[in-house]
Amino acid sequence: MAAAPKRPPLPAILLANDLLDGDVVFASVAATGALAWTRDPALALVAADDAAAARLEAYAGSEFAAQHVVDAYLVDIAIEAGQPVPRHYRERMKTLGPSNRPDLGKQAGDGIAAERRA
Amino acid sequence: MYRYDEFDARFVRERVAQFRDQVGRRLNGSLTEDEFKPLRLKNGVYLQLHAYMLRIAVPYGTLSSRQLRQLALIGERYDRGYGHFTTRQNLQFNWPKLRDIPEILDLLADVEMHCIQTSGNCIRNVTADHFAGVAQDEIEDPRPTAELIRQWSSLHPEFSYLPRKFKIAVTGAEHDRAVIKAHDIGLRLRRHPDTNAISYEVSVGGGLGRTPMIGKVVRDYLPKADLLAYLEAIMRVYNLEGRRDNKYKARVKILVHEIGVEEFKRRVEEEFARLDGPSVNADPAEVARIAAYFAPPAYEVLPTVSRVLEATKAANPTFARWVEVNTAPHKAPGYAALTISLKPIGQAPGDATSEQMRLVADLAEQYSHDELRVTHAQNLVLPHVRQRDLFAVWQRLGEAGLASANVGMITDIISCPGLDYCALATARSIPIAQAIQHRFADAERQRQIGELNIKISGCINACGHHHVGHIGILGLEKRGIESYQITLGGDATENAAIGEILGPGLAAEDVPDAIERIVNVYVETRQANESFIDAVRRLGLGPFKAAFQEVAHAVA
Amino acid sequence: MLLLDRTGTKTDVWTRSEGAAIDNLSHALVDWEALPDALRQKARDQRIGVSVPNHIGIAELKLVLRQLSLVSVAFPAFSDGRGFSLAKLIRNHGFTGTLRASGPLIADQFAYALSCGFDEIELPETSAARQPVEQWLAAASRISHGYQRGYGDNHNILDQRRAARAAAG
Repeated sequence: MAAAPKRPPLPAILLANDLLDGDVVFASVAATGALAWTRDPALALVAADDAAAARLEAYAGSEFAAQHVVDAYLVDIAIEAGQPVPRHYRERMKTLGPSNRPDLGKQAGDGIAAERRA
Repeated sequence: MYRYDEFDARFVRERVAQFRDQVGRRLNGSLTEDEFKPLRLKNGVYLQLHAYMLRIAVPYGTLSSRQLRQLALIGERYDRGYGHFTTRQNLQFNWPKLRDIPEILDLLADVEMHCIQTSGNCIRNVTADHFAGVAQDEIEDPRPTAELIRQWSSLHPEFSYLPRKFKIAVTGAEHDRAVIKAHDIGLRLRRHPDTNAISYEVSVGGGLGRTPMIGKVVRDYLPKADLLAYLEAIMRVYNLEGRRDNKYKARVKILVHEIGVEEFKRRVEEEFARLDGPSVNADPAEVARIAAYFAPPAYEVLPTVSRVLEATKAANPTFARWVEVNTAPHKAPGYAALTISLKPIGQAPGDATSEQMRLVADLAEQYSHDELRVTHAQNLVLPHVRQRDLFAVWQRLGEAGLASANVGMITDIISCPGLDYCALATARSIPIAQAIQHRFADAERQRQIGELNIKISGCINACGHHHVGHIGILGLEKRGIESYQITLGGDATENAAIGEILGPGLAAEDVPDAIERIVNVYVETRQANESFIDAVRRLGLGPFKAAFQEVAHAVA
Repeated sequence: MLLLDRTGTKTDVWTRSEGAAIDNLSHALVDWEALPDALRQKARDQRIGVSVPNHIGIAELKLVLRQLSLVSVAFPAFSDGRGFSLAKLIRNHGFTGTLRASGPLIADQFAYALSCGFDEIELPETSAARQPVEQWLAAASRISHGYQRGYGDNHNILDQRRAARAAAG
C-alpha cells in the first residue's frame, strides 16, 4: 500500500475493508481489551488523542501486513446520539450503504445482526 | 453469435485457475497488495466503498439467453439479486466476496464468459454498435472485427502493462452508436471509394476523463487484412512513449495531443512498415471462421409492415408510443430491433434484477433468436423481433416494470454508479438521475421534448460520459458537499462534440430546476422539428447560459 | 539478486564493471553511458553486455546490437511495461544474444517476458524472497497458449487453428 495517509483531525475511528469479504470493518475494543474488527460502526473505537490514534494506526499496519484487511485509514468523526459519525459524506456512505438502496448495506444491518448474534 | 472452440474454452478455464492461484498467493503473502491489485483489476475485481465489485465482460455487448440466465443466477447466489449494466456494455455485480470470485468465474466459463480485461491498464473489453448485424445503415457487421480484437488483445504479452487503460470501439454503420470518437481507438468499417473494398477508418486519441478529446483519424482506409499489425504498431508506440509520470496524462490522447497527430501517425506508420505484417495478422480463413458465427439468423419472409402490429397500435396508444420510441428499423422486412429500457422512472439507471434478467432471457429465446444486446446507454436490446410479436413482448415486459417508452428521451439517463457504490466517486449520480426522472416523468411532456440525452458522472473519470451528453452533469466535491457542474452541447454520435460548462456548480437539489430551465429555453425557441441538440447548435450557449444563471444566482 | 530462466535458477556469468573498466572480465556488463568506451577496449575473446533503461531509443541501440552478447533491460517497477515493447523491438531488429529483464517483476509476468523475447529475469532479493522460483515456473506455463502470433509461441491459438484447417484439407 502507498504511504499512509496523513492523520485526520481527532476524534477519529479506524475503518478498513475485510480482505476476503470486502465489507467495511471498524476497529473496536474486544472484551479482552485488545483491538478487533467489527462490522458495526456504532461499536467503533473513538480515538480522541494522539496516543489512541497512534494505536489505531499501528493496528491498521499490522492487520494489513497480516492479510486481514485492505484500505485501512483513520476517519474524523463527530459524536451524534452517542455514536461516532464520519464528518465527510464519503465516509458516512461507508457506514451506511448506497443511499438509493436503504434495503442494502449497514443501514439495513448487513453483517451487523449476524455479529450481534455471534 | 460467437461460440468458443476448444482453444477458447481452455484459455478461459486456465485464466480462472490462474486467478484462483493469484488470490492464493495474495493470501499467503507471496504477492503484496500493490502487486495483487493490478492482477485483480485485470480480472475485473475492484474494491468499492461497501464491498468488492466484479465487472463481467459482455464482449461487444452481445449475450445469449443462456448467458443472461447464468448472470441472473450469479446475482442471486453470490450477490444481492441484481446487477448493473454499464456504459462499456458490461455487467457489474456490487457485492461479491473475493473468496467467491473464483467460483463465479467458473460459472461464467460454463457459459463462455469471463472478466478478462474489464479493468486495469490494458486493452479493455471491445465495444461495438448495439444494432450490429441488424441496422439498416450498416456496411458490415462490426462484431467479427470486435471478436478478432477480443482474442488478439486477451492476455497480450506486450500490452498488458500499458501506461493506462485502453478502449477500442468498432462500428460498421453510417450513424455512430458506439461513441467511437471517444475511444482510444475507434474503428469504422467503410468502403474504399475506388476499389469498393471494405476497410477501416482508424481514429486514435479520443477519450473522456479529465481531459476530454475527440479521436483523430490516422488512417482513412486501412485494408481489413492489416488490422492486427496496424493495432500492434499503435500499441507499441503508445506503450513505449505514453507518459507514465502522471496518471492523468497517461492516456494515448495526451501523447497524440503533445506530439501532434501527424507525428504520432508518422511513428505508427514507421513501425507498421517495419514490422512483419504477415507474421502478425490473422489469416483470411481465421477471419472468415469468426465471421461465420455472426451470420444472420434464418429470418422468416415477412411483409415490410405487419398488419397485426398496425392493428394493435391503433387499438392501444400506449403500446403504439412504446413501439415508436423503443424500436429501430431492421434489415429484415417485418422485423424490428427492440430496445428494452432499463430506465423506469426512479430506478437506478442500468440496474436489472435477476428476475428481470430471466424474463428478458426468456423473451430473447422466444422472440429474438436467442440473442440480446447491452447498449452503452445501459439498456438491453432484443435485436430480431417480428413486428407482429411486439405486442406480446410489450405485455410481458410491462408485468416486470420494463415497458418504459423512453429510449433516447430525457429520462433515458446514462449514469455511473457514483458515490453510492464507487470508491473513486466524488459525488452521487444515481439520486440525481432519479430526481430528474421524477421531474420529467410525464409521458406527454417527454414526447414534446423529444430526443435529449442526459449523462451523469460521479467523478472526473467520466464513466457516465457526461462530456458527450446533450446535457452533461458532473458530480464534484466543493467545500465538503456534493456539487454538480452542468455542461451543454455534447454529442456522442458521428458529430461527436464535448459539452461546454454552463456556469458554477449547483447543489443536488437545484439540478432538476436547472435542467428544467434549459429544456424550457429549447421548447420555447425551437423551430419546427428541431431537436434539442440541433437547437443548441443553432442558438449557441448564450440563451441557455442565461436561463441557467437564474438558477445559479437564485441559490448563490 | 536471483537470476532465473525458463528452466529455473541459473548462475550469473556476467560481472558488472566499474564504468568502462572491463579489464580482463570474460563477460563484462556495463552501463549504457560507458558502452562506447567499453567497446573500444574490448578484446577479441571478451563478451560485452549492456544495461539499458527502458526508455532508450531503439534507433540508438540498434547500432551496437551486433557487438553485444547481452542486453539487460531495466524494469523500474513491475507495472512499467515499456520493457516488454523494448524487448520485442530488440528482437525484431535481429538481436540473437541474451535478453535479460532486470527489476521487481512478478511471477505472473514471466510468460509475457519470455514471449516478448526475454531469456532471463534478474530479480531483487526482496521480490525473490516472496516469490520462490517454483512460482515462476508454474506461472510460466499457467496459460498453455495465447492468441497472439509473432510472440515466440508457434503453437499460438491462431496458428493451431490454421494447422487444424490445413489438416482437415
